[in-house]
Amino acid sequence: MSGHGVALRVVACGKTFADGTRALAPVTLDVGRGETAVLLGPSGCGKTTLLRIIAGLETPDPGGRVLFGDSDVTGVPIERRNVGMVFQSYALFPNMNVADNIGYGLKVRGVGEAERKARVAALVALTGIEGLERRRIDQLSGGQRQRVALARAVAVQPSVLLLDEPLTALDAALRERLRGELNRLLRTLGITTIYVTHDQAEAMALGDRIVVMREGAIAQIGTPRAVYFAPENRFVAEFVGAANLIEAACNGATLALPGGTLPVADGALHGPATAMIRPEAIKIVPAENASLIGLVDSVSFLGDRQRVLISAAATKVITADVPNAIALAAGDRVGLSVEPAAIRLLPGDTT
Amino acid sequence: MTKPTFMRLCLLPLAVVVAAFFVLPMARLVLIGATGRHGIAAYAAIVIEPRYAASLLDTVLLALATTVTTLLIATVSGLFLQRRRFPGRALLVAMLTLPLAFPGVVIGFLIILLAGRQGLLGDVTLALFGHKEVLAYSLAGLFLGYLYFSIPRVILTIMAAAEKLDPSLEEAARTLGAGAWAIHRDIILPALAPALIASGAIVFATAMGAFGTAFTLATDIDVLPMLIYTEFTLSANIATAAALSVGLGLVTWAILALARIYGGNTVAANG
Amino acid sequence: MRARAIFVAQLTFTLLVAAFLIVPALQSMLAGVTANYFRGIRSGVTLQWVLQVWQLYADTILRSFVIAFATLGVTLVVGVPAAYGLHLRGDRLSRAVEEIITLPLAIPGLAIALALLLTYGGLGSFRRSWLFILVGHVVFTLPFMVRSVMAIFAATDVKTLDETAASLGASPLRRFRDVIVPYARPGILAGSLMVVTLLLGEFNLTWMLHTPLTKTLPVGLADSYASMRLEIASAYTLVFFVMIIPLLVAMQIFAGCRNEPAGPRR
Repeated sequence: MSGHGVALRVVACGKTFADGTRALAPVTLDVGRGETAVLLGPSGCGKTTLLRIIAGLETPDPGGRVLFGDSDVTGVPIERRNVGMVFQSYALFPNMNVADNIGYGLKVRGVGEAERKARVAALVALTGIEGLERRRIDQLSGGQRQRVALARAVAVQPSVLLLDEPLTALDAALRERLRGELNRLLRTLGITTIYVTHDQAEAMALGDRIVVMREGAIAQIGTPRAVYFAPENRFVAEFVGAANLIEAACNGATLALPGGTLPVADGALHGPATAMIRPEAIKIVPAENASLIGLVDSVSFLGDRQRVLISAAATKVITADVPNAIALAAGDRVGLSVEPAAIRLLPGDTT
Repeated sequence: MTKPTFMRLCLLPLAVVVAAFFVLPMARLVLIGATGRHGIAAYAAIVIEPRYAASLLDTVLLALATTVTTLLIATVSGLFLQRRRFPGRALLVAMLTLPLAFPGVVIGFLIILLAGRQGLLGDVTLALFGHKEVLAYSLAGLFLGYLYFSIPRVILTIMAAAEKLDPSLEEAARTLGAGAWAIHRDIILPALAPALIASGAIVFATAMGAFGTAFTLATDIDVLPMLIYTEFTLSANIATAAALSVGLGLVTWAILALARIYGGNTVAANG
Repeated sequence: MRARAIFVAQLTFTLLVAAFLIVPALQSMLAGVTANYFRGIRSGVTLQWVLQVWQLYADTILRSFVIAFATLGVTLVVGVPAAYGLHLRGDRLSRAVEEIITLPLAIPGLAIALALLLTYGGLGSFRRSWLFILVGHVVFTLPFMVRSVMAIFAATDVKTLDETAASLGASPLRRFRDVIVPYARPGILAGSLMVVTLLLGEFNLTWMLHTPLTKTLPVGLADSYASMRLEIASAYTLVFFVMIIPLLVAMQIFAGCRNEPAGPRR
């Protein structure tokens, strides 16, 4: 049952609610067949509104269009769009058992009982919930519910699979495990998937591409690596992973900082700039022959590494994640070095 | 069928029923109230005309007395039942809440059996004091009937509210040295206040509008609902009956609206 | 010692209150099976009064059930979809509608009955049929059904359930049948119990709306209180208790169960 997804095209879809609030500025988005696109952003950024427009639960403002493959589904109600959807609360039907929940979409489509049973059994096996078929919904754990909701959504072989924060309701350890399972499942099924989350780790683990959203508009679209290593603006840099954003003057070859200089690769820029440096890109070196010097403010042990806050090097405190092997204490004078390629100069101030 | 069409279809029967059998008749009632000899002034007659004003006063006083007494009784018993555990408690609660939906007519009959001409009260007073006490066919009988009707539902409300009291508040007060009386005055009663206000309003509104009990006890108790009934059926004074009904409806509605503002849960007012 | 005294005082008080409520009810039940009330239970136990009640009032009792269940049918057909529609819209208009339909709870039955009489009293054949009483009963009980069902919808996210069923391809009507109604079942049951219990005892409206040919049980009760001997009135009351008390008990048990949330855990 793989590869029945279609390419998805969202054209100029905006959403203004009846009370005049604008939830979404017109956005355009292409998602390839079988691709997983993650809509990532803080709450209120418009990601759920965009998902609901794709689902058919909201109509876009005039001019917006949604295309599944070659067919324009803008005016088609959700029940005829052939989508699969998983909500944050899972919304399992409490009056049906697990198997009836999974088979409901097939039943509605008039699939015969024998075939329905076979397909439900296949999905039960695929999602690893064997033995629970006759259970009532209130007898399931959170993780089991998530699997049932997912199985129910993919049972109808949807053109597009829509997942709205499907892991948020779970505790941290379970979330991490199910994230791996979900990733494997999405790759196996090869369905075109839109995945909404506010968790950047989830987005990077699951997405072929990440659509970072902010205040009803798209801030950046790119692969997880591109979004992480080459954020196009300050918002993306700060929202995706931890980042040091350092204001400094650039002369084309080096950044001038209060504690010294840092060489940069991007030679084009002259004048004031914002440099983005990930904490793990900063290395602590002996102060004697370093170009940039700072003072250790504090050290916190994080298990696999230690996090060091360093003052006096830049105009504000720099965060560095360094191996535990380096012995450090507050007050130490240290040298800092960063690979020029790991310094990303952000254009102007597009907060 | 699209979703908006279906939603309209869901609401259509309600709209038709409510418009035809509630909104339209009530509007007509208000209009007819103003078509009598005195026109719109009929509404003023409720408070000006001595007979109506006296009836209104009687009704309000009776409703007030019922409310205060019910709240007192129900608070004592409700708190007791919620906070103490003893054998037979469940049975006692069941006995106190069983008459919850007895209709007014039946309650009127029970009051006759209790305090009527052949009533238990008469037998007891005859044995004790040598004269037969008969309360049923007067305002006193009506008062007993409304108590009978109101006590179960108010006890239930108070018990539910007392169950939600945060025990740590009381414990905190005790660590600060508060005695039993101070705890009741400063912690428990204020916490019960919304429930008391809400259920008190319901008792008041119900006692204002109840008809069945008065009807069974006697037709010469001149409370407002009985007055409306006699104006309508005996005197065929339709405009006055309509005006009085509108006035009564406004009062009970306003009282219950006030109760709801204080966060209470309106229970059926079906006297 | 003092605590003990307070406990005993409170218990005595509560027992007296219970006696006030229970003794007259027991008295009336006993009187209904006593051969001669004035001579007391010593005069013998008999079912003759109950039999006489049945002969005199069987039709009113039966009619009460017919009207109660017909009214229940109407409130179900009208109220359940309306509760769903009002909940899903959830806008200012639907809140206003909710206000209007709950008004009959606040306005005395007498006023509503008068309004109905003044509006439709002229339609002779309608006025004379039991449908006239049915209309009054529907107006009176509809808010109970709508609120009971809406309370279930408000307790959890029924909108998302609906949207999920839609995403799986179910039409609005099918969603309503497969998901919404089964989900609302506890509210529908509680509302139905309430409606039938209230209607079997409804007097205020019915007394005004009835005709000699459309008497119901409570109207018959009032009739027997006014014109029959005490034993028959008591026997009739006994019949009423036998019918209404199981409903009241069922309602309380049901209310007790509903304190345990039946919806999905979060």
